[in-house]
Amino acid sequence: MQPHDLQAEQFAAYPPLARKLAIANVKAFQQLPLSFLPGLLRQVIEYDYKFPAEQAAIDQELSHLSSLSPTQIAEWFHGFSQLSLSSKLEHLDWVNRPAQFVEQESAYLWTTHQLDAFSQAATAYGDRLQAAIPTAALPVRRLGIAVIGQGVATYDAPLFRNLRAHGTYFNQVKGEDGFEQLLDGVEARAKSYPTPYGHWYVDGGKAARQSAGLTTVSYEALQPVRDSLLKYMQTEIARPGMGPEELRTDLARLLPADLGMKGDADAALDRFQVKLFTEGSGTQIFSTTFAQWTTREALRRAQPLTLLARYAPRQRQRPMNELLSNTNANPELDPLGSLVDADMGAYYHWINQQRLPGAEHSSFLVWFEGHGDALVIAPSLPRGVTSDSAMNIKGLLSLATS
Amino acid sequence: MGDISPREIAWRLGRTRREFLRDAAGMALGTAFMGASPLVRAATAKKKRKVIVITFGGGARDQETFAPEGQINIPHMLGELIPQSSFFTQVTNNGILGHYVATASLATGVYETLNNFSAVPPDHPTIFEYFRKDLGRPVSDAWVVAPSNGFNRIGESDSRSYGPGFGARVILPKHLLSAASTGSKVDYGHLLHDNYETPLYAPEIAGGEFELQQLEKILKLSVDDFTSHARTLSSPDELSVFIARRLMKEESPSLLWITMHDIDVAHSGAFSLYVDAIRRTDRLCAELWKAVQDEPEYAGNTTLLILPDFGRDADQDSGGNGFQHHRTGDPASRTTWMMAMGAGVRQGVVYDNPVQSIDLVPSIGGMLGFSASQSQGKPIRELL
Repeated sequence: MQPHDLQAEQFAAYPPLARKLAIANVKAFQQLPLSFLPGLLRQVIEYDYKFPAEQAAIDQELSHLSSLSPTQIAEWFHGFSQLSLSSKLEHLDWVNRPAQFVEQESAYLWTTHQLDAFSQAATAYGDRLQAAIPTAALPVRRLGIAVIGQGVATYDAPLFRNLRAHGTYFNQVKGEDGFEQLLDGVEARAKSYPTPYGHWYVDGGKAARQSAGLTTVSYEALQPVRDSLLKYMQTEIARPGMGPEELRTDLARLLPADLGMKGDADAALDRFQVKLFTEGSGTQIFSTTFAQWTTREALRRAQPLTLLARYAPRQRQRPMNELLSNTNANPELDPLGSLVDADMGAYYHWINQQRLPGAEHSSFLVWFEGHGDALVIAPSLPRGVTSDSAMNIKGLLSLATS
Repeated sequence: MGDISPREIAWRLGRTRREFLRDAAGMALGTAFMGASPLVRAATAKKKRKVIVITFGGGARDQETFAPEGQINIPHMLGELIPQSSFFTQVTNNGILGHYVATASLATGVYETLNNFSAVPPDHPTIFEYFRKDLGRPVSDAWVVAPSNGFNRIGESDSRSYGPGFGARVILPKHLLSAASTGSKVDYGHLLHDNYETPLYAPEIAGGEFELQQLEKILKLSVDDFTSHARTLSSPDELSVFIARRLMKEESPSLLWITMHDIDVAHSGAFSLYVDAIRRTDRLCAELWKAVQDEPEYAGNTTLLILPDFGRDADQDSGGNGFQHHRTGDPASRTTWMMAMGAGVRQGVVYDNPVQSIDLVPSIGGMLGFSASQSQGKPIRELL
């Protein structure tokens, strides 16, 4: 089936809000090329479980697409229209299973050497859309905080190497009660600028506390979900004919209830947390990977004003099958390796934050937990310099946000 | 990297490597040597030429290797190997960036499109088939040491004009160890990691009888000696190099292909493990080159080629997650390097003209005297 054959009834199986949205925009959908539309529908079908920032972005995109003339549509989607897809792809149920379509489309584009052309078309489309849709001003500058190195007594190699050129490195930080001061500061921001999913606290270990106004995600709290997922994976792997693509498809279909989540509190957050494990790689076994990937996905999807990420030691590397079998309740930890992981994770935290609107005004703080080393990136601070000013964490936070 | 075109980015990556090597290792720019006729080639022509290929496995980026901040991770290549080598700064892989399919493409000189996660043979003739059929070499003269079960079909293609009977023998050290340690109480799990990209999946291949025959008849190792040595090793790639050295000693193949894979632990997202693996691979490459000098069958008449199958995603590409994967197809994941050293190769020269990874097979064909007739690559003239 081609997009121009689409009818409103075909969205009957979509969740309520998604169905309403799809039916309202079916005319626009009919004009879009098949190489593009399922990617958009993949977003629409999840609309009911998206964060507010994502819903707003979908609303704006559909509104803008509906406003384009046929000539403009042809111009905007010229790159996508040039791609050639197989008849097998055309016959897939891409309306109800857009994610599976996109997965198979990706494999097809790789094998037919069309991936670069697709990437160029996607980039051009993204640029046009970004230019066409106005960006709303933020109520406060965005702030990212990474706390790394928990459990490491001494470390001689330089930290924050990738970030130093962008900010001021402080080497005389007074770290007493530093994490408390950071959490207090984040809670205060949440109180001053209340926004749904606007302020996050991600912990690679156990969350220090649950705070009103903060969206809190922790590795430890999700232990039962990880256990269920790893058990499910082991069962699936043992099934005859199971391969990586099949397993990936199966995992993508899992819902919170399948992994024992009650589903009575926050459907959007529950789905987000399940996807961290079903779509992430390594999140199931390494807490540092979990913290990094959660940070990335939270920034990409929820676009929070504040995100505090605290890394905890991950388990030491063991054979992959052993890690996945999840049989050791008290695995040996690797604090030093985790510090190196987290140092890179902090860099990616900043990069992902800089992809969001208001990047030129945003701030970032990274601290070696319990030690005197920190780095702050802020519009008001010089870059690529070292400061030996004695300062506590609260003072650094003030520098970052003032 | 903003508005810069992919081609420009690839060129800059290559140029950065060149500038670095020129400054750090005192290497000359290759174009100055074009057209020269190095005496070394005449001296080695009389001996039976051997070629060893190492894929610098799992894909490594410039930031962690040849860029200034990555130098710390490759002390052996930098201090020992590069001064002896011709270094190609811009090797592009325009194919599918999965490890089996990319390695198969390297081995055929054609961008293969086979399923990366299936144990299937390449569609086009492999370098081993060209080598053996064209030159009439015995099966013992071409070997592959491969990292995981999924690579067990890489030695021989489905091509009608070559295929069955003309391929290389493939040895899978982990499969070998698994067969040898059946019933053992010792845990060899740390040497049996398989496919990091999809750690849950490794195609099953036939059981251990043939492997144990390889162990005793070809490698001249008892099960006990093999398993006790394995206990001293720390990674699958260390096991591969141990087997490769044993093959060199006992079989002396003229064409030996070793695929490293430890670096692909990056898929787990743990940066420290990825960097550790790069450092280990760097050390293993130097150890293998030393083994070449120590083996009379290889010393003086062997050309060693080291190249990654591809890179990894750039930090700045929003479609990926930096070092963790190679999914975006961006220039950083497609642009790598190649180091050639030993017989017939100029020392201390940097070439920054672009070549493709599929040029490897016809280039080795030119060195050894076979025609890679179905390859889509071109011989790299600087190596001939």
